[in-house]
Amino acid sequence: MEFLPNILFVIALILGIGFFTRNVKKLSRNIKLGKDVDVSDNKPQRWRNMVRIALGQTKMVVRPVAGLMHIFVYVGFIIINIEVLEIILDGILGTHRLFAPLGTLYDVLIASFEILALLVIVGVVVFWIRRNIIKLQRFIKPEMKGWPKTDGNLILYIEFVLMLLFLTMNAADYQLQQMGAAHYTEAGAFPISQFIVPVLDGLPMSTLILIERTAWWLHILGILAFLNYLYYSKHLHILLAFPNTYYGKVRPQGQFNNLESVTNEVKLMMDPSADPYAAPPADAPEPEKFGASDVMDLNWVQLLNAYTCTECGRCTSECPANQTGKKLSPRKIMMDTRDRLEEVGKIMDANKGEFVDDGKQLLNDYITPEELWACTTCNACVQACPVSIDPLSIIVEMRRYLVMEQSAAPMELNNMMSNIENNGAPWPYNQMDRLNWVNE
Amino acid sequence: MSEQLKVKTMQEFMAEGKQPEILFWVGSAGSYDDRAKKITRAFVKLLNKANVDFAVLGTEESSTGDVAKRAGNEFLFQMQAMMNIELLNGYEIKRIVTCDPHSFNTLKNEYPGLGGKYDVLHHTQYLKELIDKGRLTIEGEVYKGKRITFHDPCYLGRANSEYEAPREMLSKTNAELVEMKRHKKTALCCGAGGAQMFKEPEKGDMDINVLRTQDALETQPNIIATGCPYCNTMMTDGIKAHEKEDSVTVLDVAELLANSLNL
Repeated sequence: MEFLPNILFVIALILGIGFFTRNVKKLSRNIKLGKDVDVSDNKPQRWRNMVRIALGQTKMVVRPVAGLMHIFVYVGFIIINIEVLEIILDGILGTHRLFAPLGTLYDVLIASFEILALLVIVGVVVFWIRRNIIKLQRFIKPEMKGWPKTDGNLILYIEFVLMLLFLTMNAADYQLQQMGAAHYTEAGAFPISQFIVPVLDGLPMSTLILIERTAWWLHILGILAFLNYLYYSKHLHILLAFPNTYYGKVRPQGQFNNLESVTNEVKLMMDPSADPYAAPPADAPEPEKFGASDVMDLNWVQLLNAYTCTECGRCTSECPANQTGKKLSPRKIMMDTRDRLEEVGKIMDANKGEFVDDGKQLLNDYITPEELWACTTCNACVQACPVSIDPLSIIVEMRRYLVMEQSAAPMELNNMMSNIENNGAPWPYNQMDRLNWVNE
Repeated sequence: MSEQLKVKTMQEFMAEGKQPEILFWVGSAGSYDDRAKKITRAFVKLLNKANVDFAVLGTEESSTGDVAKRAGNEFLFQMQAMMNIELLNGYEIKRIVTCDPHSFNTLKNEYPGLGGKYDVLHHTQYLKELIDKGRLTIEGEVYKGKRITFHDPCYLGRANSEYEAPREMLSKTNAELVEMKRHKKTALCCGAGGAQMFKEPEKGDMDINVLRTQDALETQPNIIATGCPYCNTMMTDGIKAHEKEDSVTVLDVAELLANSLNL
């Protein structure tokens, strides 16, 4: 019986990590539904981007208040993992404060965890106020209704409770240490939780132990549950921000990719010796679809982008089209891509890993042409994203599909394009007049 | 009818068996749009003043295909690109200068992948080079005491990280340079990019150029400077929408420099 807690703990740990692994596999399968794209170039630049943007949070601090609060929560979350490591080892081994022999260093560590826990609480409270009381514009856009709003708040509640449990645990522990309870040898410094101690004053030792144990268990079970919540939440960014900034665009932002499939066709068209009536060889692969109408037509980095999106809305608040009341919201483009990808994933789960056409697609069912045509390709959304997401690349892929597969551009753009085709200019002027400006 | 410009085509250079220092890529707007043609002329006046041996393609030039590409017509873009590349490579062009950030971006970044590798400069970058090398001197008092605010073109600034060259050129006019609240990396689009220039905007509360002009007007400028023919049109329309055309003018950096020299 004396090993029961250890056994229960190990079971919880295995379940928690097991489910998480299952989710990561699903995530990776879904992302790999995207087309392959070569991202093996510019390795030093990519590493620099990751260190600077994801680890260094350089783009978060562009907005100082949110940036500072985010750094509190972010640093708190990372550093507290050392504490979690101790908790896990204690849980498995049945020890208590295993790292205590570190002495002064241990005191410093525990003290800094406590301060960070407090900072996390401050950050979380400020975030909650921004979302629910100040109601910052970008958090109340149409795409933020329902689950995205709930998800945003849930994360804040969970983090708040986890930090509170951590501090309560320490407070009870500190009190027990003072009372000289067995197991609770004096270790650690408690600059924050000491202020909770008066609340516990006068409680019998058994109650204190119960409080300490309950907080301990809820804290670690909460962390395991949170780990598994990630997959269903925008909070996935805490993991994916790193690969996403690594694989993010390293070319100049204005440089769009040249579709290779088109290059081949154009070369063939311009080759005077090519036989225009030649039938494709029998074993020729199916001609590639131009552009994207569904998530499988996008590349895997774009799909990774969608899972990384934190729905912070900095892209949307910088978007000139959105600012002038048009339907386009770059954030919604990313959220739609993720939602559709999740839907495709669920269909595959239900059909032994095969995708069965459900009559829906990303275009029209999620993203409308009106949104796509409102984009000025100005790259403000790309610039604003704190984790190197490129909503513009998805917009352009979908425009390509509309134009090249469906001939569904707005009429004025069709006129512009036929002018280019006929006169080499977007206006209906004669190419022979190109030099008239010299004598005007 | 103004003074005669010295302009030679690539064909003429070819006939003389010579190579120009640079090719001036005029672009469709610079060739046909009445407002943009004035920018083209101003830039050529500066080139003439600095005795630059430059060529244009003239009637051989065709759309870069940039606007087709942004609209999603990759076919048309690549057809235009390959035609142009064939022409440019045939003339063994090394350096290209253009007043249009959209042409600049696509020639610089998107043509290399299709076989067209050139040293491409925006006209503000090239003017800076001319001044740095002492080939061109700007010392005018025309704009002294005037307030000028610069609107960053997306395809020069954010898309290609060039923020300094146009500002440095503007400082040569001795005017007072004032920055809009959103400038450089956070500049707002003029509303013309991504093929918007050629269509009506989608339904919304206001047009993007009107909002952007509002940004500019908040700096109480005498002049809004641009470095892009499309931005120029959009800001000019924006000024009209705000009924400020009597007190605020929109001018390209090249025009400001040319005026400074009374060219």
